[in-house]
Amino acid sequence: MDQSKIRNFCIVAHIDHGKSTLADRIIQMTGTLTDREMQAQVLDNMDLERERGITIKSQAVRIIYKADDGQEYIFNLIDTPGHVDFNYEVSRSLAACDGAILVVDAAQGIEAQTLANVYLALDHNLDVIPVINKIDLPSAEPDRVIAEIEDVIGLEASDAPLISAKTGLNCHDVLEAIVHKLPAPTGDPKAPLQALIFDSLYDPYKGVIVFFRVKEGTIKVGDSVKMMATGATFDIVEVGYFGAGQFFPCNELEAGMVGYMTASIKNVRDTRVGDTITHVSNPALEALPGYKKVNPMVYCGMYPADGAKYPDLRDALEKLQLNDAALQFEPETSIALGFGFRCGFLGLLHLEIIQERLEREYNLDLVTTAPGVVYRVYKTDGTMIELTNPSNLPDPSEIDYMEEPIVDAEIMVTSEYIGAIMDLCQERRGQYISMEYMEETRALIKYTLPLNEIIYDFFDALKSRSRGYASFDYEMKGYMKSDLVKLDILINKEEVDALSFIVFSGTAYERGRKMCEKLKEEIPRHLFEIPIQAAVGSKVIARETVKAMRKDVLAKCYGGDISRKKKLLEKQKEGKKRMRQVGNVEIPQTAFMSVLKLDED
Amino acid sequence: MARHQIELYIHIPFCMKKCYYCDFLSGVFDVRMQKAYVNALCTQIRFESASLKDCEIISIYIGGGTPSWLDAEDMATIMNTVYDSFHVTGDAEISIECNPGTLTADKLSTYRSVGIDRISIGLQSANNDELKELGRVHDYNRFLYTYDAVRKAGFDNVNVDIMTGLPYQTIEKLNHTLSSVALLRPEHISAYSLIIEEGTPFYQKYKFDDVKQRAGMETEALPTEEMAYKLYRHTIDFLTSKGYQRYEISNYAKKGFACRHNIGYWKRTPYLGVGLGAASLINNCRSSNHTDIYKYIDIAEKLQRQEFIDYDYCSPFYDSFEKLSRQDAMEEFMFLGLRQIEGIYRSDFYDMFGCDIEGVYGGVLTALKNKGMIGMSEGRIYMTDIGMDVSNQVLPYFLFDN
Repeated sequence: MDQSKIRNFCIVAHIDHGKSTLADRIIQMTGTLTDREMQAQVLDNMDLERERGITIKSQAVRIIYKADDGQEYIFNLIDTPGHVDFNYEVSRSLAACDGAILVVDAAQGIEAQTLANVYLALDHNLDVIPVINKIDLPSAEPDRVIAEIEDVIGLEASDAPLISAKTGLNCHDVLEAIVHKLPAPTGDPKAPLQALIFDSLYDPYKGVIVFFRVKEGTIKVGDSVKMMATGATFDIVEVGYFGAGQFFPCNELEAGMVGYMTASIKNVRDTRVGDTITHVSNPALEALPGYKKVNPMVYCGMYPADGAKYPDLRDALEKLQLNDAALQFEPETSIALGFGFRCGFLGLLHLEIIQERLEREYNLDLVTTAPGVVYRVYKTDGTMIELTNPSNLPDPSEIDYMEEPIVDAEIMVTSEYIGAIMDLCQERRGQYISMEYMEETRALIKYTLPLNEIIYDFFDALKSRSRGYASFDYEMKGYMKSDLVKLDILINKEEVDALSFIVFSGTAYERGRKMCEKLKEEIPRHLFEIPIQAAVGSKVIARETVKAMRKDVLAKCYGGDISRKKKLLEKQKEGKKRMRQVGNVEIPQTAFMSVLKLDED
Repeated sequence: MARHQIELYIHIPFCMKKCYYCDFLSGVFDVRMQKAYVNALCTQIRFESASLKDCEIISIYIGGGTPSWLDAEDMATIMNTVYDSFHVTGDAEISIECNPGTLTADKLSTYRSVGIDRISIGLQSANNDELKELGRVHDYNRFLYTYDAVRKAGFDNVNVDIMTGLPYQTIEKLNHTLSSVALLRPEHISAYSLIIEEGTPFYQKYKFDDVKQRAGMETEALPTEEMAYKLYRHTIDFLTSKGYQRYEISNYAKKGFACRHNIGYWKRTPYLGVGLGAASLINNCRSSNHTDIYKYIDIAEKLQRQEFIDYDYCSPFYDSFEKLSRQDAMEEFMFLGLRQIEGIYRSDFYDMFGCDIEGVYGGVLTALKNKGMIGMSEGRIYMTDIGMDVSNQVLPYFLFDN
């Protein structure tokens, strides 16, 4: 294969700017799929991705394009997720590319994630070509957006294709731009093998399917290969490239190509994303630079609703972890919830997606505890611990001080909502940094915010206060000393470990009060009165009471109609099954997520 | 050869007017429809008797609707069909439900002549404002007139139905009803709590209140849960003090007058249900008849004309049929049996299932006993007062995980 005829690229965009639609359009126009086979958003092939209209997993597809110059080109298109939580996925995909298409919405212009993704692409030394999408919208202002791209990002955009991925208008220009403006890969097919793993997938029949980009050398069926970081070795069973949603086996892949391999790999830990594949004989001298390592920022406990499903949950998490380097988990136990895992995520969306995938794809019923961030606890003995589970907070007498993670937040908002958004940031203990007008009607506001304050519902609050016009991006800044306390919840005088959370002391009372109110709604009445208390240390700061149930009797029971009576009892029993027993109180599983809903009113 | 003992339930789905709270299978139909129904009913009685030749009937309950709304001759036809088709024991208890305003001396004398020996009168309340609210067709005076006629006709086993938990009901109002009824010294009193059933006018009117009541919140018209509990408790205390023995959650009787037919339901005595939507328990199978009156009559007429009928279960009148597993039967034994104040006997469980109750429900029984929900004595297991008050919370424990 002639390397000069290969283009490895990805598409980057702010969420909703039409990245997946453009990818679909390219696939359709190059005849990879017929119109009839075309299903909207081919690359988003998880149910969840289609429903939410977002891309979670990187996907790759190989396309043959016959260009206007009469030559056939091979495009390897790697789709990347758009949400800020998935920056790590973007960075992995980018490392496998030589160029990127930047899609910008002709009406909305540059958004926070547009910037974040472009800078990420430039960090990876990718050539970036801008494309203005959605020019069919009445509100499209391509000239303004072109000017914005040139001013804000500094990319030449005067000849950017003006397209509508939805209707197909001018999309041909994008294909030609890929041929002429993006570079071909380099690399010597005869050099020692260096292939970069950018994703992987677990298949029950083939084992782990490893996605990689061959940087140097050639990889063939039957080769003995070694993972340079883990040291694991395998004999390759199959190599191939990607169709739309399918795999096409081939004999070998040369430098510059993107493809996959299988080698009966059973242990998910042997093929780490970011690792370099080389040959056992004649290995490469050094590994390719690894991907940017990403650490979880949000932690929560995940427990099987049915305790017997604990091994199933572990297996499911292991499989998800194979596809998702950022997911971390370790076993933990809770008095209230039994055996489960403390799981680390990139953000709340990531958490929700993992939770939904566990429930849908692995049929697990989960109880999830309130998410928290990683606190640093400096103890009086001079040591420091990183706290991911509030229950592990040392005794206050052993604590010197605590620190919480803070982020640099960038919020892009139209001018009429600037006040509302600044109020929101103040409420969330934000430190104002700066505000600059990108243009007359839009400004970029910068704040430092405690991560703890944005993990719950900040995004929702932002959207509602700006009527959807604000966009938000953040980046970890570091840690800041903070006055934090552990808020405990006592139900019927018993502390429920799974409900404890760390909170800024200034808002402890308010949070405690709301938590008690919420739990009062959640906990069904029992045959006895149940006090619900919020406490900091030994001091109770809020209290509610669930009144006792006095009477629940089916007085009228028309003799013959027994089945109806039984159905009623079965319903009662079903309800009890979804409860967690804490002492002699039954707590619905949804109650453990109550803290998430505190600001809903 | 000893005959199998069964009970017979006869459903009469007709009313003068539908009450606002009622979700029983009943409606207002003209005389022509009533005649057609009685004809169909008799056809079913004859049809079912063919497969129950070795059974004898130990009790009959004619329920509704308002059975007393039917003409005397229709009732006579029905009862005579029963006697023609079945062997009814000489001491069988035969009850009929009546509503004030639908009974005449003529009807009562017919009832006696066809062997009916127990009359159940639906009073519900002695307060006229409450009767109006419920959509009843009678006032309190009309009830007194009916009660008097029943006694004059010579019936010495009479039940009066009353209701608690009515909208705006106070202890004083309930007390008025209770004492008015107790004064008349009926042999039996049934006291039901009002249940707001979907599909009734009361549901439309009180559904929000109903939810609030069940959540223990403040209500508008219905009593709060606390108040409903007091009304229910007061009923128990009052009737007990007047010499009525509570033998089931909602049923009270003078000594020797507990309704045998009803007890049969709690003890899982086999029973045949005839008429619209009526349920049966025969050979450990639960079935129920079609609920569409036109369909029901149509089936009977086809049977009479000996036309071909395609049916899935052992009777063309059945709409549903379920063979009970051993576990189903055990569950029923517990949740039905425990509705009785005296509870269940360990020996009955052993006789019925051939194994000890401890081996099946040991853990549950111990747990519930520790919670104070059930008590045990002399081979008997029964719900405590508290357990009875919240029996919907207690009884699910006897269901197996499927």
